[in-house]
Amino acid sequence: MTIQPFTSLTGIAASLPEENIDTDVIYPARFLLITARDGLGNYAFHDRRFTADGQERPEFVLNRAPWRDAPILVAGANFGSGSSREQAVWALLGRGIRCVIAPSFGEIFHANCYRNGVLPVTLPAADVARLAALAEAGAELTIDLPGQIIAVEGMAPLSFAIAPDRKQALINGWDETAVLLNAHGKDIAVFETRHRAVQPWLFEEEARP
Amino acid sequence: MTAPQTLYDKLWHSHAVAELPTGETLLYIDRHLVHEVSSPQAFASLRAAGRRLRRPRTHLAVADHAVPTRQRGGDIADPLARAQVAELEENAAAFDVPYRALTGDGQGIVHVIGPESGFTLPGITLVCGDSHTTTHGAFGALAFGIGASECGTVMAAQCLKQRKARTMRVELVGTLPAHVTAKDVALAFIAKVGALGAQGHAVEYAGPAVEAMSMAARMTLCNMTIEAGGRIGLVAPDDTTFAYLRGRPMAPRGSRWDQAVAYWRTLRTDVGAGYDKQVTLDLAGIAPHVSWGTSPDEALPITATIPDPAAIADDSARRHAEKALAYMDLKPGTPLEQVAIQRVFIGSCTNGRIEDLRAAAEVVRGRTVAAGVQAIVVPGSTQTRQQAEAEGLDSIFTAAGFEWRHAGCSMCVAMNDDRLAPGERCASTSNRNFEGRQGPGGRTHLMSPAMAAAAGIAGHLIDVRKLLS
Repeated sequence: MTIQPFTSLTGIAASLPEENIDTDVIYPARFLLITARDGLGNYAFHDRRFTADGQERPEFVLNRAPWRDAPILVAGANFGSGSSREQAVWALLGRGIRCVIAPSFGEIFHANCYRNGVLPVTLPAADVARLAALAEAGAELTIDLPGQIIAVEGMAPLSFAIAPDRKQALINGWDETAVLLNAHGKDIAVFETRHRAVQPWLFEEEARP
Repeated sequence: MTAPQTLYDKLWHSHAVAELPTGETLLYIDRHLVHEVSSPQAFASLRAAGRRLRRPRTHLAVADHAVPTRQRGGDIADPLARAQVAELEENAAAFDVPYRALTGDGQGIVHVIGPESGFTLPGITLVCGDSHTTTHGAFGALAFGIGASECGTVMAAQCLKQRKARTMRVELVGTLPAHVTAKDVALAFIAKVGALGAQGHAVEYAGPAVEAMSMAARMTLCNMTIEAGGRIGLVAPDDTTFAYLRGRPMAPRGSRWDQAVAYWRTLRTDVGAGYDKQVTLDLAGIAPHVSWGTSPDEALPITATIPDPAAIADDSARRHAEKALAYMDLKPGTPLEQVAIQRVFIGSCTNGRIEDLRAAAEVVRGRTVAAGVQAIVVPGSTQTRQQAEAEGLDSIFTAAGFEWRHAGCSMCVAMNDDRLAPGERCASTSNRNFEGRQGPGGRTHLMSPAMAAAAGIAGHLIDVRKLLS
């Protein structure tokens, strides 16, 4: 699968100042029946965006101009908690959302973001709250990944942390599997020989019916 | 002489392929459970890159999430679910992955059939594109949920990059009172530490009360670890574990069995090994628990009343509670036992095992489901269903007015046609009470199988001990 490289991103940000937005809210389970990875944008936050009879809820931020197509989300703590479904990230991507800023993230969701070219930025709650206030006023944010800086008019630039390998993968749009196989093919084979000596019963499944 | 190690350390170090400059470890993955929801995109990525599976027979595929439970055989009515199951079957055949047919005896929820088959073993790493993979830690396996892209990586490379977690020891002491179960312990633990209390930690459950638990109880406990934010739950393997596994179809046999048990006995936390966090829970004082809100940590003993958010000091918890009570349509001060329910769901990877069905049947025997309540029992696997039928449990349930279904995830995840209507309230043995989890607008109260059965009989939440005393 191709991953779009992430260098810098400028755009308005939709503010979702709510804690514990779980993956069921981001991508309701009933849509997991869809086996595609692309084109899931319309299901993002589906039950927040639509009433049971399919009407748009005008009060929800992603249904309001100018945030309908915002490429950035500013969210509350523990964003993306709950299930491991990667559709939660794909649905955000399907709406063109490339960056989520929050005080903390659900662990699996956080890891899934990097694998799909989405940048999750963790900042102290007070900074997120200030960004949210500016976002709600329609401010434009610039996320500079190489410089690890978020710039927005109205406050001093904020720096953020990111693991060097994740940063490099995002900037280059690297597919994790390819990177891993290239760098560690030999290590894996060496390990398997050692592992087989310790737990041989784990290598006898080929003989099973 | 090496420094004392925790069980988690031992499992981690025995699977470390390479240390990466980033501080992560390349971790070898022994086993992968594959289901219809998180695998299509992984198989697609393999196809797109022209990759094959490194060790196809270390994977095991089964359809569980989307499958209907009213009948088996014939076409699945929902065209999307039908296509998804068909895609899994085709992918398994194309990539030589062992597949458990929907109509076969080996079908069931991934986290039920893994242990049941002896696919899950102590000392291994096991992954699945499902967060409740924590379940398998009950065997002393390093088991965790992953995303669909990672499933593709495991298929191609048999490895994953992982960062080592911190460790948390949860010491369970005291004896569980009658009719109080591992589910109640899990809900009490999560309520105590919070939905993020174990985040970033590998949780090891230990102590005399854990040693006394059955494998089913240990699986329930480990299963719910993710609801406290922990991706890994662990119990050291012991004679209870070995007795459970011996003779299972995919467990080692003969001299290999003895060799394996000797190795498995080394998988215990060394004396003197340190943990980053320690929690002690005295089981003697635990009453049956039910959740009242929309996060698994919003749970209380059944004897309590609905809490008043105004009395909650923490801002974030108070706001969540206010929103939860509005969604759940509950008023502060109402005794939990007065909360009326319309639906009962007994099943899931948390509580869909034979021991769970027996506990529910004990409550149901000779009683009738309350008027206006629809109650279903969905065994966790086809084998569990057959075992229950051999024991006559199905007749107990159906005589009382419960529907007896086929195996699958069913109303835990509401991806098939088993779901709540908006506003309906359910006594559920599943693991998540998030908004809309059991259907848009549906209201979930988490509890043990015995408690859910009792609620079905009474028509409202009730302390099961009142029915069984």
